[in-house]
Amino acid sequence: MGPLQKKHLIITGLIILAGIFPFINQNDYWLHILTLSFIWMIAVYGLNLLAGYTGYLSLAHAGFFAIGAYSLGLLTVKAGINYWAALVLSCVITSVIGFLIGLISLRTREHFFAIYTLCVGYVIYLVIDKWDSLTGGVRGLIGIPAPSNIGPLSFESTLSQYYLVLFFLLATIFVMYRIVHSLSGRTFIAIRNSEELAGTIGISTMKNKLVVFVLSTFFAGLAGALYASFIRFIGPDIGYTTVIFDLLTYLLVGGIGTLAGPVVGTMLIVSVSQSLQFLQDYRMLIFGPLLTLIIIFYPRGIVGFFSDWYRKRQSTKLQSQKKKQVKSNMDDEDLHEDRVKEG
Amino acid sequence: MFIETKELTKQFGGLAAVKNVDFAIEKGKINAIIGPNGAGKSTFFNLVSGSYRPTSGQVFYKGENITNLPSNKIAKLGVSRTFQTTNLFEQATVLDNVIVGHRLRTQSNLLDAVLRTKRYKREEKQCRDKAMEVLDFTGLTHITDQLAGSITQEEKKRVAFALALATDPEVVFLDEPAAGINPGETEGLAELMKKMVKKGITVCLIEHKMQMVMKLAEKIMVLNYGEKIAEGTADEVMSNKKVIKAYLGGDASA
Ligand SMILES: Nc1ncnc2c1ncn2[C@@H]1O[C@H](COP(=O)(O)OP(=O)(O)OP(=O)(O)O)[C@@H](O)[C@H]1O
Ligand SMILES: [Mg+2]
Repeated sequence: MGPLQKKHLIITGLIILAGIFPFINQNDYWLHILTLSFIWMIAVYGLNLLAGYTGYLSLAHAGFFAIGAYSLGLLTVKAGINYWAALVLSCVITSVIGFLIGLISLRTREHFFAIYTLCVGYVIYLVIDKWDSLTGGVRGLIGIPAPSNIGPLSFESTLSQYYLVLFFLLATIFVMYRIVHSLSGRTFIAIRNSEELAGTIGISTMKNKLVVFVLSTFFAGLAGALYASFIRFIGPDIGYTTVIFDLLTYLLVGGIGTLAGPVVGTMLIVSVSQSLQFLQDYRMLIFGPLLTLIIIFYPRGIVGFFSDWYRKRQSTKLQSQKKKQVKSNMDDEDLHEDRVKEG
Repeated sequence: MFIETKELTKQFGGLAAVKNVDFAIEKGKINAIIGPNGAGKSTFFNLVSGSYRPTSGQVFYKGENITNLPSNKIAKLGVSRTFQTTNLFEQATVLDNVIVGHRLRTQSNLLDAVLRTKRYKREEKQCRDKAMEVLDFTGLTHITDQLAGSITQEEKKRVAFALALATDPEVVFLDEPAAGINPGETEGLAELMKKMVKKGITVCLIEHKMQMVMKLAEKIMVLNYGEKIAEGTADEVMSNKKVIKAYLGGDASA
């Protein structure tokens, strides 16, 4: 079996596992935690495309998550729009705001970009927190409806919401996979590698960065909107800076710039933090050093570590195979001298 | 005129890295720019290829004023370059490094990529074929699947050449291609440059290795403290008093 088939097998297995999980585990609490994790993963994928593949570490994405959530909340609760229309609109609103912010913030780079977007994120939080008449301020927004029925499909139960969110997660991963393994993905990676070089091989860096930025805010907005309709209540704190650091932790632990990173990191941190719940906020005493160690020793996270390890194993295998081949060629040499020369 | 600069000047604060340089690059030839360290050679490249905006002066390419075009647009017109320090993506294979070099000749967008449209598939193949073609041209077919971080310095230089060639350029600017490699390998790179010219690609290189320049270049410009102090064939340049002075360490700016 080739490495590609192995990969496909693992992926299919995981999808099936996610599909039958509710039947294995009848505990609603875990279903709830898992659904929430899926929602975070969607946002982390958006962040990964920008920070991991294009090299722009945005710290504003909790803000975009909140914009998505509040758009959905306000559109359904205050404007009374149909849920699905509101969901689409929320993503569009987030993307449009993302476009405007990207237009300005992408003029900065590296640390300056990170600091700038951190400020942008905080401003978004403040706007939500202080714009009482629109957002309800610190009181938050309550009574957000669950997704409305599509024909016979109803999304009132935890179980149906689990599948709905899983569907969006799989769609997100599919889109990411296609993008990363495409000429566009190569273009983004070229920008991450060296913007100067990318420019001289004819890549319009600003245009491409803007496309990625908007796309990544789209996914943050989608995640936010799903969050709002899943939790049914939102407050300004979902846009607070701690949220972006959570997302970033998931990404860094799982593996920034890897396709499986967001899933691995989110699952790991969420489950560890669930089992360490008795420690409350002291959990950070464990996560802090852990994160530091991972960044120092495995800059591409757990997934990066495994893929490096796998590649090394593969190449040593290849080399020993080659050695064997050379040896057998040498044995043949006397008999087929011309043929070896041609080869 | 193929490429022409007029009174090209770049000021870094108080320092004029390039000062009033008029130079014409001749089509179908190997042109060279030489000069002591810090003479402004790389800066000159950066001005022509659009990486820097000049403080004053103009750059013309095939009669068109490209002075204020961004580097990606200049690349699309057919001007390509390599850098003094190679900046390949070391964690990717040689092939993956080069494929993206042909991206500028393709149209497909994100939607094409997600839907894997016909256009996308055709262009993906086009980029791959182009990469294989230039890797063959630069003599790298045997290492296409190796990581760019694991190959030799000389091979890295060749990959940088291949990447520049993948853009389908009419002219390539090579910034010290032979820096840090041994004489035998330098010979190989010189052959490669000749091969490029034979294929109809104009070459302009910066080089410290005098012997290589003298043998290869048909037209040479000498820069010193940002100013052009001589221009002409190898013999003409070598017999120029200012050049001798600059290279023997005298104060040529006097
Ligand atoms: N971005 C920059 N900012 C400020 N000064 C610069 C910049 N780039 C180059 N310089 C200065 O301009 C002068 C010319 O530099 P340049 O790199 O063009 O020289 P060079 O001829 O390529 O030298 P070398 O042979 O060492 O590569 C130098 O004094 C350098 O310090
Ligand atoms: Mg230089």
